[in-house]
Amino acid sequence: MSEAELPNTPARGAASVPVVRHSEDMPVAADGSEQKRTEPLSVALGLLGSIQNAIIPVLLVAFSNRGEGYALIAGLGIGAVIVIFGGFFSYLRWRKLTYTVREQDIRVESGVISRTARSVPFERIQDVSLEQKLLPRLFGLVAVKFETGAGGGEDLSLAYLTEDEGERLRQVVRERRESRDSAAQVADGEEAPPVTKEEPAQTLFAMDQRRVLTFGLFNFSLAVVAVLAGFTQQFDFLLPFDLWDFDAWEERLVGQSDMLAALGPSAQIAGGVIAALSLIALGIATGLIRTSLREWSFLLERTPRGFRRRRGLLTKTDVVMPIHRVQGIKIGTRFIRYRFGWHGLKFISLAQDAGAANHDVAPFAKLSEIEPIVVEAGFHMPGEDAEWHRASENYRTDSMIVDSVFFIIAAMVAGTALSIFAPEWFVPVVLILIGLAVVSAAAALYSWQFKRHALDSTQIMARSGVFSPSSQIATRLKLHSVEISRGPIAQRRGYASLHFGLAGGEFSIPGIPVERARAVRKAVLETIAATDFSQLENV
Amino acid sequence: MDEHTLPAADTSPAASEFNPVDDEAELTKLHPNYVHALRLQAMLTSIPVLIGGLIFEGAIVEETPIPGGLVLGVLVLLSLAFIIRLPARRFAARGYQMSADRLRVVRGILWNSDTVVPFGRVQHIDLDQGPIERFFGLGTLTLHTAGSHNASVHLPGLEHSLASDMREEIRAHIKRESM
Repeated sequence: MSEAELPNTPARGAASVPVVRHSEDMPVAADGSEQKRTEPLSVALGLLGSIQNAIIPVLLVAFSNRGEGYALIAGLGIGAVIVIFGGFFSYLRWRKLTYTVREQDIRVESGVISRTARSVPFERIQDVSLEQKLLPRLFGLVAVKFETGAGGGEDLSLAYLTEDEGERLRQVVRERRESRDSAAQVADGEEAPPVTKEEPAQTLFAMDQRRVLTFGLFNFSLAVVAVLAGFTQQFDFLLPFDLWDFDAWEERLVGQSDMLAALGPSAQIAGGVIAALSLIALGIATGLIRTSLREWSFLLERTPRGFRRRRGLLTKTDVVMPIHRVQGIKIGTRFIRYRFGWHGLKFISLAQDAGAANHDVAPFAKLSEIEPIVVEAGFHMPGEDAEWHRASENYRTDSMIVDSVFFIIAAMVAGTALSIFAPEWFVPVVLILIGLAVVSAAAALYSWQFKRHALDSTQIMARSGVFSPSSQIATRLKLHSVEISRGPIAQRRGYASLHFGLAGGEFSIPGIPVERARAVRKAVLETIAATDFSQLENV
Repeated sequence: MDEHTLPAADTSPAASEFNPVDDEAELTKLHPNYVHALRLQAMLTSIPVLIGGLIFEGAIVEETPIPGGLVLGVLVLLSLAFIIRLPARRFAARGYQMSADRLRVVRGILWNSDTVVPFGRVQHIDLDQGPIERFFGLGTLTLHTAGSHNASVHLPGLEHSLASDMREEIRAHIKRESM
């Protein structure tokens, strides 16, 4: 009966979720394939996780009464209960979860109270990603994730298996897929590629330690200051003194508050400079640490099946992205790193990358390094002969007006109010607001020059950004719809925005002349309509 | 201007099997009943507002310096514009164009949008009929695509039988996935 439950949805491509769940009594694998459990050590890891979860409640209870004896005991008691329950449930979950590698699919049966059997057909598994966080890595375990392109949290994952078992599953999935692919190709009268066990991989992009550290320097971030401030505000009752009493701080740090005053203004300025410098140092350190943790030993390879990216210092990830899943690419940069020639490359696809919508494939690279990756993904960089078109001039004028109108209205309102209630403030405030209006109009005027788009025989490309240009490229063929939209102003001024339907991302070109928008739409639609969606994977 | 300089598309030979399509051609109007459906909908929407106006007139207006009947009068005028004028303009602004291989849907008075969905990119098709639509014999055709923008394109105000014919025709264009 288990065969009858196999999902038989036509699953027309990426938008449909190729995973079928059924909640019912467990059929035991009928075809004799072996039911397996994840590694028993996962239970220990689950236990460690629940200890982690218990820390904050324990602290909260133990210190809520400022350390009276029974509060500490109560806190520890609650902690023990949380840990015992957590450990028990993690054991139950482990005990009740089995996975079976079958002829056509991988079947996972799980659930303590309500049981779920989930079957993922091999045909729908794009590839297998492996993720190693710090603790599992110490035990030699990996989390195995079966990428189906369903996006979101719908992908099936098994935590934790041994590294060998993870690698074996990946191999199994590849073999099953390959035998199917080659069978299909033989049917098409093409020559089947030799099925190889070892995947020959070609390195496309790698970041050595030096590159990662340079990247970290550019990732200056003061987020940690904000987090610390928020945390201390939330938990200041845990501290034995009043954090926000600045006189007390001064006294604690300098001894006598008049001592600081006695040192004179130069010392106060020096203090300010030191504070600013330490803030900068903190920001740089945060950037370095965060970037190193994520990007350490970054390696992007081209395998026969697609792109494979490995990175991470403590949490190691190993992600595979099939080439035909790449819908578009984005090349971006930031203000300072752009001055040094650094750019980042991302792939747009339906799959998600650690919560982010796009896949980082070369987060910090020179354009000369990015170009081969772009070519490998089936795109090409806009050539010298690319015909770039700008947005309409009416759009430029209108966006200057629209961008500055807020400040002009604010200037009028504030001006009226101030001339009645506080005439001495009238001139400075109105001047500042008008200045802001002029600046935003100038910014709109200047940025117009950098908004461009171009169309060539296979691609559509758009560029924008004054101080840090970013471009987006999409294949004409992989677009799903074209919309010309015009707001009330645009209708009277003869320009329009073009929106393309792109799987997993946005692509729009604002403010181009209506005739140009229609011409681009006509050209793009010609390409789209010539090929059916079901053939897209083979292109 | 520059449409003559556009590079030609890399089209497969399959492209020639389609008739040349003009995306700027005359739009097909929606079914005339659609105006009535829009009016009925507008009427239902404005009822709570008018009731609010009545309550205001009856209970609160004496305590305010606003002359009696002014608020209700303004509301009635606005509702009339909303019920009579707006649906006619919305109807005039909407239309569609069905070609050999694509559907074009145009809508919007202030915010006008003109969307084309090639049949080859349609994931699935819905044909919906709400109570008001059923009363007027209308239906809403919805095309779903895999794109994040315009993931579903709605075409309301079709005669129901026409909508189901269109659905069949679009469905026939969607080639079966070769597995």
